[in-house]
Amino acid sequence: MRRAAIVTREISPAALINEVQSREWGAISLFLGTVRDTNDGRRVTGIDYSAYTSMAESELAAILAEAGDRFGDMALVVEHRVGSLALGDVSVAIATGHHHRASALDCTRFVIEEIKKRVPIWKLEHYVDGTRDWVDPARAGEVTRR
Amino acid sequence: MSTVTVQLFASYAESFGESFLKIRCEPGGTVGDLIRNIRTLPGAHVLPASPRVAVNRKFASTEQRIDSGDEVALIPPVAGG
Repeated sequence: MRRAAIVTREISPAALINEVQSREWGAISLFLGTVRDTNDGRRVTGIDYSAYTSMAESELAAILAEAGDRFGDMALVVEHRVGSLALGDVSVAIATGHHHRASALDCTRFVIEEIKKRVPIWKLEHYVDGTRDWVDPARAGEVTRR
Repeated sequence: MSTVTVQLFASYAESFGESFLKIRCEPGGTVGDLIRNIRTLPGAHVLPASPRVAVNRKFASTEQRIDSGDEVALIPPVAGG
């Protein structure tokens, strides 16, 4: 079982765990990215996520294939949500089932790091003072206020 | 002379005020040629020194040729997660 998708609905971590669960695995690793209330010292009220969906799903598929090459036999399910998310909402979830814990954890880490480097998804943060900014991780601390 | 439709997203779409740009592209033109033409347009100040470009949903080098019918997009700094 390997699956990745961009979704517009709420992500259910329990559903992802159910998908990867199997008696084959000695470990299931779950990563959740969630919307936090502060970024770069500014109070955040919510984030609009958008994507180049067809390319994002194609990059996610490539990441899953690369994870298979690196970590071998496993189950891996990835969902990234787009749309307007509130504080605490789950924006991305990665569930990995593997024979052993080290590979389950390493694979999950590999997938989220690759997503951050190459999957075309963008964040428009909204702040309590009514301003908004596009997040550019390469320019942390240097954003253009809108 | 032909034109290429370039998709824009997020901060780039806001800066150019469009979701698509029609850019002139000579036959055999490359991604680098396309970027040079885009830089002449209002709103191009948003582009970094080396903007990422996708051709047919894959990241492309500046040397990659663009053929008619290719799906071309300018990719702002990604921020998934």
